[in-house]
Amino acid sequence: MSHAFVEVQQAAKRFPGANDGDDLTVFENVSFTLEKGEFVCIIGHSGCGKSTIMNALAGLDQFSDGAMIMEGKEIDGPSLERGVVFQNYSLLPWLSALQNVRFGVRARWKDWDDARVTQHSLSYLEMVGLKDVVDRKPAQLSGGMRQRVSIARAFATKPELLLLDEPFGALDALTRGVIQDELIKIWSKDRQTVFMITHDVDEAILLADRILLMTNGPEARIAEAVEIDLPRPRQRSEIVKHPHFYTIRNYLVDFLVSRSGALRTADLDRRGLHYPESVNPVERASTAADTPPATDGQPASAGTRSDTLVTFTPKETHHG
Amino acid sequence: MDRTTTEWNFSLNVRAGILTVVLLALFVGLWEGLNRAPILGGGGAELSEYEQLLAGADETARVPPPSEIAVRAWEQLSDPFYDAGPNDKGIGIQLGYSLFRVLTGYFAAALIAIPIGFLVGMSPLAYKALNPFIQVLRPISPLAWMPLALFIIRDAQASAIFVIFICSIWPMLLNTAFGVAGVRQDWVNVARTHELSPLKTAFQVILPAAAPTILTGMRISIGIAWLVIVAAEMLVGGTGIGYYVWNEWNNLDLTSVIFSILLIGVVGMLLDLGLGAVAKLVAYQE
Repeated sequence: MSHAFVEVQQAAKRFPGANDGDDLTVFENVSFTLEKGEFVCIIGHSGCGKSTIMNALAGLDQFSDGAMIMEGKEIDGPSLERGVVFQNYSLLPWLSALQNVRFGVRARWKDWDDARVTQHSLSYLEMVGLKDVVDRKPAQLSGGMRQRVSIARAFATKPELLLLDEPFGALDALTRGVIQDELIKIWSKDRQTVFMITHDVDEAILLADRILLMTNGPEARIAEAVEIDLPRPRQRSEIVKHPHFYTIRNYLVDFLVSRSGALRTADLDRRGLHYPESVNPVERASTAADTPPATDGQPASAGTRSDTLVTFTPKETHHG
Repeated sequence: MDRTTTEWNFSLNVRAGILTVVLLALFVGLWEGLNRAPILGGGGAELSEYEQLLAGADETARVPPPSEIAVRAWEQLSDPFYDAGPNDKGIGIQLGYSLFRVLTGYFAAALIAIPIGFLVGMSPLAYKALNPFIQVLRPISPLAWMPLALFIIRDAQASAIFVIFICSIWPMLLNTAFGVAGVRQDWVNVARTHELSPLKTAFQVILPAAAPTILTGMRISIGIAWLVIVAAEMLVGGTGIGYYVWNEWNNLDLTSVIFSILLIGVVGMLLDLGLGAVAKLVAYQE
């Protein structure tokens, strides 16, 4: 069996219950894969454990159960191969923008001389449009600028896998749009593998190759993996005109609004390892009229899967 | 910032300055006025027999007026480093002894307190294990150590330094521990995701993050050390500004006593200003 670039297998997170009560299970039986160069977003309501999954991949948190493998090696701690952009930017406030990026670059390439580290850091700061404010401290930068510095720091270290934890969650819509474009630009350059948490459906469609949908916690699961086959390069202004855009969007919104809470754990749990079913909302919409829904999904890239997987509610077919 | 605001700030400073000067003048004036020697003999008249007997001295001792203190200050400060034997040294020499003791004890304390504070802040085990010692040793008046120090060290100079050491160590230790324990997890995570070694994490992330809190502890410590050195030197004697105050009291030279009290205040302020400047260097805004 060939391995995907990153595999998460049957991960679970439980917290001990109060007063000897039952454990609180945040999520369970979560398995998914990331292929090299893929941009994957994960969407779900608050409390479904997205951030725990992200932090575990970063090596900062641990699952109660399950395994994580990256390039055939188990993930058991933080690594420079997995760069993180945190929602709260996590810049070191006593360092300037340039020094913050240099901090990452220096940690990555210890044998580089200072001039090269500075040069490399500046080129990434320039890519996110911060060439003129490199000497400012984070406190002197706006929220959007800080997040750009954070993105520049993460991309400049060229990790194999980039983890973005709701990077635009704290930004206003206008700033968010501009930085999304910059993220696409900087990502197009190196085509790193990206795993990103977001709450924003439009953002996910704009950026992702695949979107993992999580059911509501506690006892959350990854319900399915939605394929976004809109052509690249994508642009915010153009993408909404694509005929498939609203089909995908409605499908995602419906999942978040109704199905994420309605899907029961029992429908998704099967024995053994399985990856979430791959769904293409566009194909689904075109075939929904005359084909039973359960057969129009695409098989996931790796692992075993059963064909009797997800039992969709009837309203499923209204979308698209 | 518009022009009016700037002018307002400026005038606030000026008005505060004027108020300070007025208060000072009022205080000094009252002090001077109320402490004048009574005019002997009821204004130009012959001295009474009793007054002659007292050779012109007051019946009751007076606190010397500011003018006398100013004259004494001028005398002392214009020749601060003279040395005319064990009981007659210039004020500069006395201050030098005190500063030497304070700084030696203080930096020795910093050398011990900051690393231990780091350990206590980083490790819950070390915190729980060391906390009982800290809690018992911290409230002990530093002067209470003096007899023990004199017995063990058998040297007055070193005992004074030890007392400064023991009183400076606690604020620095506790503030370092507090600052280190309070470093935001986000910043530690940045170090972890960049695979920084523990040593590099300590110096590149935790130390700069905790530096403002550590400096606060260092400022408290230097203040306490300067308070304690006066008392310590009164006890051990020989040299130093504390000894000088006590010696002048024994000489019944209150002018010198008041002059040295003021000088102690000024030097303490300068020490704090110095550390305040360092604190500004390591301060950061989140």
